[in-house]
Amino acid sequence: MRYYSYFPGCCMYEDSRAYDLSARAVAKVLDIDLAELEDWNCCGSTPYTVVDELSAFCCCARNLALAEKRGLDLVAACSDCYLILNRTNQHFEEYPEVRRKIEEALATGGLEYHGTVKVRHILDVVANDISSADIKAKIKVDLSDLKVAPYYGCQVIRPKPSFDDVEYPESMDRLIESLGAQVAPYPLKTRCCGGSLILSEQDVALELIHKLLDNAMSNGADCVVTVCPFCHLNLDAYQGVANRKFKTNFRLPVLFFTQLMGIAFGIESKELGLRENIVPPEKALARYIKR
Amino acid sequence: MEIKTEGNNDFIKEISSMPGGEKINLCIQCGTCSGSCPNANKMDYTPRELIAMARAGMRDQVLSSNSMWLCLSCYMCTVRCPRGIVPTYIMHALEHLAMRHHVSSPRTRTPTLYKVFSKTVHDVGYIPRFGCMGRFYLQVNPFGAIKNIPVALSLLQHGRMPITQARKLKPESLRQFQAILDKAETLGRHLERKELKTLISGRT
Repeated sequence: MRYYSYFPGCCMYEDSRAYDLSARAVAKVLDIDLAELEDWNCCGSTPYTVVDELSAFCCCARNLALAEKRGLDLVAACSDCYLILNRTNQHFEEYPEVRRKIEEALATGGLEYHGTVKVRHILDVVANDISSADIKAKIKVDLSDLKVAPYYGCQVIRPKPSFDDVEYPESMDRLIESLGAQVAPYPLKTRCCGGSLILSEQDVALELIHKLLDNAMSNGADCVVTVCPFCHLNLDAYQGVANRKFKTNFRLPVLFFTQLMGIAFGIESKELGLRENIVPPEKALARYIKR
Repeated sequence: MEIKTEGNNDFIKEISSMPGGEKINLCIQCGTCSGSCPNANKMDYTPRELIAMARAGMRDQVLSSNSMWLCLSCYMCTVRCPRGIVPTYIMHALEHLAMRHHVSSPRTRTPTLYKVFSKTVHDVGYIPRFGCMGRFYLQVNPFGAIKNIPVALSLLQHGRMPITQARKLKPESLRQFQAILDKAETLGRHLERKELKTLISGRT
């Protein structure tokens, strides 16, 4: 058994419960213990950084301080949480003045942080802490006819080089291969999905979404897998809106990568939250899904 | 139009004192940032132009443009910049300045989204999607929300938009969180980086 602290992030309780469910189900199969950080708060995301940077750092610092007490790696599943928590760690370490102010603010809440928590993305954990052989040993469903487009998005691999290349990552490609499925070529795999601009500048975001879907379709993908709640929401929930705007007729299922893993492991669709996917995966993936 | 030189340009000093703005004078105007930006074609001025204008002291034109509000924080420019500048942080700094001086472009709704988001985080320590989206649409354009009803309905139908707050912090945790944030606010809204050691420098 491998032990981690787990930072789900707000999306996991709201629009991406399927990611949380499937991540926990897959972790169980792979002997990964994800213990949710008790009474964590929102990471603040990029908007808070713009409005008030020190407060934004302190949002993360409270979570990091709570995680430090347990002394384990802190695993985030949302790419934005992952980036923002890491950014706080980086500034805490590199700028003594920032560190001093964060420490002073934390002390008001009776907390301390010493900068020792390593923040990791769940893709990193699954792709690098678990061997390909261990993953292959759990496979119950043959996915060899399935062509999967690996969509990384941006914040899981940038800005700071960590567990994969900043422009041409391959860890999820290898994971898909370990699961026995085919990897569809996906040149736009690290292009941005539009993020929260889907709310404030919808037309701009829809164009990006359209390009990503079009690129996956034209490369023969049966489905797209993502590692981030925002990417998933934009490509899945807004696929219909993008279709209407660009006069296309895409019905491309978008899965969290943990859902695809769960399907390969023969986990029941209910435990993977497949019903919460808006473009139904049942049609393209009917013969693989366990009901 | 008055063009100031870099030496006595207050605007560039203001940006340089902002987080991540320190390296703005290292820019060689190669345009790699603009070429890498997925939204450059929608911006009033591309990231390269924005930096050139800032260095020319064109404060009002820069801060009232829509450019930085279209930044997605995807960091593609950052990992490619040959001078180790973090254009994404410069965009954040410009957003912050435009907001602080109330000169944000009226053509973008992103500042309102950011404010609603941050206030929600401060108030409940968590982002309930339904409440946050509702507050945002009420502030920008309640009628504009109508065209998003189909998406909202499909999210509701698939259990992806709980109407009530799906998770609540314990009262004592929320009090602790807010005490920390309130202290942070008194410690200064933005940070000066005099002891700057390194910035992100692309690939290792």
